[in-house]
Amino acid sequence: MARIGPRANVNRRKFLTGVAVAGAATAVPPAQDGAKAAAPPSPNAETSSVSSALRPSAKVAAAETGSPAELAGAEGKPGSDYMVDVIKSLNVDYVFSNPASSFRGLHESLINYGGNKKPEFIECMHEESSIAMAHGYFKAAGKPIVALCHGTVGLQHGCMAIYNAWCDRVPIIVLGGNSLDATTRLPMVPTYHSAVDIGALVRDFTKYDDNPVSLNHFGHSFVRAYKMAMTPPHEPVFISLDSDLQENAAREAEKLTIPKYTPTSPPQGDANAVREAAKLLANAQNPVIIADRCARTPAGVGLLVQLAETLNAPVIDQHSRMNFPNTHDLYQTGRAGPLIRQADVIIGLELSDFWGTVNQHVDNVAGTEQARIKAGTKLISISTLELSMKSNYQDMQRYQPVDISIAGDAEATLPALIDAVKSAIPADRRDAIAQRGEAMKKAHADARERTLVNATYAWDASPISTARLSAELWSLIKSEDWSLVSQDRSISGWANRLWAMEKHYHYLGASGGFGVGYGAPAAVGAALANKAEGRLSINIQNDGDLMYAPGVLWTAVHHKIPLLSVMHNNRAYHQEVMHVQRMANRRDRVLNDGPVGTLIGRPFIDYAKLAQSMGMYAIGPINDPKELGPALKRALQVVKSGEPALVDAVTQPR
Amino acid sequence: MSEFVRVRLAAFVAGCLVGIVASFGEANAESAENGKVLFLKVGCYQCHGTVGQGGVAGPRLAPDPMPFETLAAFVRTTSGQMPPFREKILSDADLADIYAYLQSIPKPPDPKSLPQLNP
Repeated sequence: MARIGPRANVNRRKFLTGVAVAGAATAVPPAQDGAKAAAPPSPNAETSSVSSALRPSAKVAAAETGSPAELAGAEGKPGSDYMVDVIKSLNVDYVFSNPASSFRGLHESLINYGGNKKPEFIECMHEESSIAMAHGYFKAAGKPIVALCHGTVGLQHGCMAIYNAWCDRVPIIVLGGNSLDATTRLPMVPTYHSAVDIGALVRDFTKYDDNPVSLNHFGHSFVRAYKMAMTPPHEPVFISLDSDLQENAAREAEKLTIPKYTPTSPPQGDANAVREAAKLLANAQNPVIIADRCARTPAGVGLLVQLAETLNAPVIDQHSRMNFPNTHDLYQTGRAGPLIRQADVIIGLELSDFWGTVNQHVDNVAGTEQARIKAGTKLISISTLELSMKSNYQDMQRYQPVDISIAGDAEATLPALIDAVKSAIPADRRDAIAQRGEAMKKAHADARERTLVNATYAWDASPISTARLSAELWSLIKSEDWSLVSQDRSISGWANRLWAMEKHYHYLGASGGFGVGYGAPAAVGAALANKAEGRLSINIQNDGDLMYAPGVLWTAVHHKIPLLSVMHNNRAYHQEVMHVQRMANRRDRVLNDGPVGTLIGRPFIDYAKLAQSMGMYAIGPINDPKELGPALKRALQVVKSGEPALVDAVTQPR
Repeated sequence: MSEFVRVRLAAFVAGCLVGIVASFGEANAESAENGKVLFLKVGCYQCHGTVGQGGVAGPRLAPDPMPFETLAAFVRTTSGQMPPFREKILSDADLADIYAYLQSIPKPPDPKSLPQLNP
């Protein structure tokens, strides 16, 4: 790799000439003499008898904290100041990061040169947390932020969270520190943390990655990365940050510029294919609309309502986003099974698993599979899947043949589809379509009655039923401008069944890749986005998920992010409890000792104390359902004052 | 196993178990108490909840459980998502006690009486 420029002797007046960002060219203090700042331990430290853990040697400590003498007092503005200019040019609100030496140059520039505003540095305790926070933030805010990762080790920590974002079609700008030049990088730790091709770690599940070797190269890469991430299908991207590039001053000859960002219009489905799809829908006896990641923006919800009302067709929301208001008569998610079986035309809008939607796999010894649809049912797909697919990781799910396959963004295609459907409806179908609407209205009302009755079962049970938990919460927040920032699949979907979900931020969906450990950080990230909008953020938090990286609770306290977390504390990795039971039954064996290796007990974790240890207001554990409502009320008062709070509810398994 | 043989077997098993339950008459407290322990021990609660209320992983079983013969036939021979509990891992007597527990679970309150469900 090419070495970047002279280290000093930069003409300060010429620095940033051509940089098209107002107010960016402020002075930067001389670089701190890291050799002086570091205080290496005495050479005899390792022989000390008092420590319970080995102290670092002088060599290791110097490598972790010091700077080479050649960098001391380098003149000129460092390259990382330009990087801040580039980041600011795209109006990025935050940088989420666990601090680390491989991006110390950029870190310092962010807080001093950039003033720690837009972006503001949000301190995280794990890279998986910072990236999942960015994931949740985007789904609430609709704009991406930067997540900074530390070299090889930090990026490996963050890999699972990046994969979740990839599966969930969420843009995150991941920057990773690295030291390319083997002759100048610090020995020991920084060398362990460097790689020749660090982007290879995440190339299978990012849309774009680059390894800039000059500052202008960084500028181009960053703007391109942002542009690609924000073009549907949204996906995470990665850029390596060479430490020399950050820390050195710009080359005198390098005229720095920031490329202009122009948003790319989302891909719309082919007009002819859209018309053919419209004909099928308009003439169907029992059309069904199924949406998963259809509503990318608030406008998407309204468009889907228009399509459904044009046809009076039932909508099944698979809830990777809040696609359709559950208070609408055409919301028929609870009747998905019979509706799919009776359908003659099904349109799937950004489905993550079309095969699994129209087929059933029975997880028994025979592995039975059968179609859910009747013979002759026409299938239409509008999806960006074919525009973003990679081969290795199998997030594309099983191949499902369809009758009309439209490669394009569903939300962007909906206006054309709505117009085409209106034109395609024959006059003699209008009465039948109107009658279908009446039938849907009755079915919706009946389903609502059944839901309320079903919520009463186990009402007074201990552990607390997930329906009761959801109902108690709803009765307290229904008049607020609220946002559920967690998924509700593991509580039997009770929030979506009981709460009035009408706005796009009422429900943000799940992780995408089902990588556990997403929930807590994504909730904190989404709550940070909601804070700017004055929304009340609610997180129903799985216990196992929280323990992957509970330090995110500290981040919420430290940065005063208002968020009510209510533990769904079923004291188990419950999905795995059921899987092991299934295996035992299949083999006619008894689990004499009960679940082993899947429970979170002996001892039970006191989540209230855990949260309190990080400065958070917390109550629990609560076993009596009658105590839950008052506890939630007290915690909500804290959240409304601008702080996070946690209530530990001991709950039923699902 | 063919579907025909499966159905006949299920009917036979259910018939045998009906006899056991019939000998109880009304679900007695002792059986129900033992059934509750078994409901948790053998794993029924995992999908159906500790009081059989049901959820995303399994349907509601109580109150007012389905007829015993239907339940027993399903438990023994299901080829659906629920794994079967054959006699080798759940005896007829234990299954009958579990049924007694399900019968003992009281009806829930009227949803109209719960302010949390009537916002």
